Amino acid sequence: MIDWICDPFRHEFMLRAFFGCALIGFTNGCLSTFIVLRRLALMADAMAHSLLPGLAVAILLFGLAPAGLFFGAFVAALLVALGTQLISRSSRIKEDTSLGLLFACAFSLGLVLLSLAPVRVELHHYLFGNILGLADSDLWVIYAISLLVLPVLVALERPLFLTIFEPSIAASQGVPVNALNYLLMGALVLSMISSLQAVGVVLALGMLVAPAATIYLFSDSFSALFWGGGLLGMFGSCLGLAVSYWLNLPSGACIVLVLGLIFLAALLFSPKYGLLPRFFRRRHLHEQSLARWTNHGKA
Amino acid sequence: MSSHRLHIRDLTVSYHRVPAVHHVTLEMQCGKSIALLGPNGAGKTSFFKAMVGLIKPETGSIELGGHGGRKTHHDIAYLPQREAVDWDFPVTVRGLAEMGRYTRLGWWRRFGPADEAAVDMALATMELLELADRQISALSGGQQQRAFLARALAQEAHVMLLDEPFTGLDKPAQDLLGATLRRLAAAGNLVIASHHDLKTVPELFDQVIFLNGELIAFGDTTTTFTETNIDKTFGTLAFAGEGHHHHPK
Repeated sequence: MIDWICDPFRHEFMLRAFFGCALIGFTNGCLSTFIVLRRLALMADAMAHSLLPGLAVAILLFGLAPAGLFFGAFVAALLVALGTQLISRSSRIKEDTSLGLLFACAFSLGLVLLSLAPVRVELHHYLFGNILGLADSDLWVIYAISLLVLPVLVALERPLFLTIFEPSIAASQGVPVNALNYLLMGALVLSMISSLQAVGVVLALGMLVAPAATIYLFSDSFSALFWGGGLLGMFGSCLGLAVSYWLNLPSGACIVLVLGLIFLAALLFSPKYGLLPRFFRRRHLHEQSLARWTNHGKA
Repeated sequence: MSSHRLHIRDLTVSYHRVPAVHHVTLEMQCGKSIALLGPNGAGKTSFFKAMVGLIKPETGSIELGGHGGRKTHHDIAYLPQREAVDWDFPVTVRGLAEMGRYTRLGWWRRFGPADEAAVDMALATMELLELADRQISALSGGQQQRAFLARALAQEAHVMLLDEPFTGLDKPAQDLLGATLRRLAAAGNLVIASHHDLKTVPELFDQVIFLNGELIAFGDTTTTFTETNIDKTFGTLAFAGEGHHHHPK
């Protein structure tokens, strides 16, 4: 049994995967705080899907070189984000509609382009991740992104906090709200690119939403959400990876499912905002008031 | 402090070059509570937004205590309408008041004992010390308004702009908030609140501003809050409340 549990930690490729997972999970977990509080989940999903045509163009132009992939994905996500703004500001089409339209088209374009690629491309690696195939260069990209995104988020915690709480008050106090929003978008795209290897474009949203959503059910502190989200993202991703090894299941899906199950447990049992404690508390209060009422009737 | 004035000269605010507020000139004195009255679309929110610098005015200037420009960032606090706030946000009453200090501290300076003291003071003034550790959705409507006022106090703002603060409050909460605003004004602050319930104006505010695209009238409630001004501002839909109003036929 112990042998079975320890088995994944004996292989070098698994240790490498765990290391990647921990970093990706932490960065995405910290960032998930902003996605959850700023209600950017749908936006993030659309951006993740729109990475695909960028990857495809990069493969057509440069082959499978990671630097090319990185820039391709980044440019594609930026183009979709900008296109969304352009359409929604210049016409009567609202932002969610233009976002949905653009990302579906971008995703389709990606699929078409990939089918034209001269090299054989494992499509499902891009869609659902391939954490076991992490190369050194992939690890470097993940390092670099974490080292860039985390310090910036920490350094700008105060103005970001003011901005996501109430943008108009923040702006009235001289906080550069627009610049910070763009910065947040940039950080979002970067950490999505880092999570491509682990969970792919389709599942990236799981790592970017689940951690903070879970902590949000426990805590009323922004810092707790930020750091707790990071730690939970790290722990959940590694556990998911281990589960996928033990049960011989796809790793990306296992990571997202483990994070999802932890969220479900929090939703049910969190003492503060969980469903079950609230249900029992309510009944308890009701009984109290009933008792008071009947006593009152007797007196 | 009470010698401070908020001087608005020839203020015009436009959205996409369509003016929402035209050529308003006003001089308000700190130490007063003022109601901003006008129908929907009269430019009340634009007026506030221009004062806190959210919209760049087309013409005119806004000066506090003689010097305009940068300084007004700290000195003017804006309290948005209740619906504009995400009440589930993970922040406590104390955390909200601490945000007021961030304006003074900038992005990186440490939160020191002086800031702590200012926050305690603000919470005490708003009678929120016992509720300081509550998440902001676990407050009543009146307490929520006071929590935002505590933030403004911690910021040491002299001018407080409130967007429809009395909306949705029951009578006791309304009276309490009214008393709080008067107390803030008496302490030397300038309190300006947009307000739509004309019946309660005389008991709540010292002065009134009538606005409908342009400035209709400004002055003490006792002399300026008249049927003529109400009719001029609200057109034939005007309603001055209990008993003493005759609708022109």
